[in-house]
Amino acid sequence: MALPHALRRVTDTVWELPASYKDGMRVPARIYGTDKLVREMDDAVYDQVTNVATLPGIVKYALCMPDGHFGYGFPIGGVAAMDAEGGGVISPGGIGFDINCGMRLIKTDLTYDDVQPRLTELVDKLFAAVPAGVGSTGFLKLSRQEFRAVIEQGAQWCVRNGYGWNEDLELTEDSGRTPGADASKVSERAIDRGFNQIGTLGSGNHYLEIQVVREENICDKNLAQTFGLDPGRIVVMFHCGSRGFGHQVATDYLQLFLKVMESKYHIRILDRELACAPFTSPEGRDYFAAMKCALNMSFANRQMILHRVREVFSRVYGQPAEKLGIRMIYDIAHNTAKLERHTVDGKAMSLLVHRKGATRAFGPGMAEIPAQYRTIGQPVIIGGSMETGSYLLVGPEGGKETFFSTPHGSGRTMSRTKARKQWRGRELQADMKKRGIYVRTASWSGLAEEAGGAYKNIDEIVGAAEAAGIAKRVVRFAPLGNIKG
Amino acid sequence: MGYHYLEDVATADIAFEATGETVEQVFVAAAEATMNVMVEELRSIEGRVEKRIELENRDLDMLLFDLLQELVYYKDAQQLLLRVREIAIAERDGTYLLSARAAGEKLDPERHEQRADVKAVTLHQFTLQKTDALWKALVILDI
Repeated sequence: MALPHALRRVTDTVWELPASYKDGMRVPARIYGTDKLVREMDDAVYDQVTNVATLPGIVKYALCMPDGHFGYGFPIGGVAAMDAEGGGVISPGGIGFDINCGMRLIKTDLTYDDVQPRLTELVDKLFAAVPAGVGSTGFLKLSRQEFRAVIEQGAQWCVRNGYGWNEDLELTEDSGRTPGADASKVSERAIDRGFNQIGTLGSGNHYLEIQVVREENICDKNLAQTFGLDPGRIVVMFHCGSRGFGHQVATDYLQLFLKVMESKYHIRILDRELACAPFTSPEGRDYFAAMKCALNMSFANRQMILHRVREVFSRVYGQPAEKLGIRMIYDIAHNTAKLERHTVDGKAMSLLVHRKGATRAFGPGMAEIPAQYRTIGQPVIIGGSMETGSYLLVGPEGGKETFFSTPHGSGRTMSRTKARKQWRGRELQADMKKRGIYVRTASWSGLAEEAGGAYKNIDEIVGAAEAAGIAKRVVRFAPLGNIKG
Repeated sequence: MGYHYLEDVATADIAFEATGETVEQVFVAAAEATMNVMVEELRSIEGRVEKRIELENRDLDMLLFDLLQELVYYKDAQQLLLRVREIAIAERDGTYLLSARAAGEKLDPERHEQRADVKAVTLHQFTLQKTDALWKALVILDI
């Protein structure tokens, strides 16, 4: 595909479109990726990332990560830091409809030899215990009032009610409870859509996977050892978000912002999906408090799923989860906006960092990282396609250029509509079984849409992030069993 | 009237074009396209439950957006799969009014072969327009 003429290569893995590329751009746009990845990106990425560069208060660059592809308003893989005290805006389009869509990684004391003979049983039981698919509902029956407590307290609510361990919280971003969530700022419709969905995966690219560490896939022996990830070790990874609740919060505020943006705040945008409001405005503050409710809903969702995973493994192996060593490695959001302190051109600033399909990757020594990881950098969990593999990375010191942000996954290269014509779900399942990967799905065509061939090469994405100095590889995980929404 | 899915518009999501000879027809076609993203066979949805949908908006395109959102809402809030059976759209004092009767039933994984959950109706490239004798809508659903 033809690259935009104005695209300048800054380094091997960093590309720039100058602020002169489009009227209204306040800062240049920077795209991360190898030559191959940048050429594979759809045209929409260049259009969208330069639209983002027009937003009021944007600092330094509008960024796109190596896994970038078409999104709404922002591209997926988009990162933008707004000057929180200097007129910067907050935009639901910079966060995504699935607020706090994120990844959780769990290790076990089990090895490949323990799991392989019981893989089918494990996957079948996990498929029954963790509901997936269209409009699925969870086992937790809550009143609307209890749900309001969950969205203000997040995973902490779950642990207090017996669905997890205290150490789970220490190893979750924001300790599983983002402060400042205010349930009075979310609509009744949002509560209607979410209050029975805690503990569910959803569909699309959401999944839960049993994976193995193979010796040849250990990228950094010392780091892998620090995480206790040795050859043959079994881990469980899952990817999901705030379900219908978060989607409605985003929809509600997108519409509110469209109403007030021009008339009240005189902000003009190039795409309705970039609707925004000044961060310090009443509407901006309300959205921030409502978005935090969705962050918490999602932390609670993943905490309940962890609880179910522990129950299933415990039943299959006839031992308590503690004995099986089913412990968190980390839980991280990749659709969010967070207020962070960053140094920009030697000046300390309070920035609202939007990450949409991008993962925070704080470097070693930063205070927000759990104590046990503080010297090595924040863990980053990158989900790949169900056929290829996934990664654990850590944030390096050099991440400043991207406000300590890195990719979130593989990134699609083929549309769902095209993929479902190319593959058949049942055939794909049989083919994967021959390769030692057992998959269960709520939707056969959904499975076909998620075929590995519809995604970019994850090794290339992660390699580009490492080469650009915004992530460091630890281990690549190979899939063994998968449940798909 | 009818709808078809577009291959090269939205990489990670689903785009469709719906058409109709009347504005009512294009609304129904877009509603069917949205439900067909979630369920393979719309015929498998039986009309056991009825819902009345009354909406108003100053913009006709946003009225369509509201109708599609309503279907997504019932899918999550009540696990209801709904098909629009009757619909009337009128304009009064600059406001468009929609009155519809939808019928459907609770999602039953045994009988309804699922496809993909719709998270949201997006405004990206969202258009509703009349060209010659045909109404056309372009919609991208977030998956």
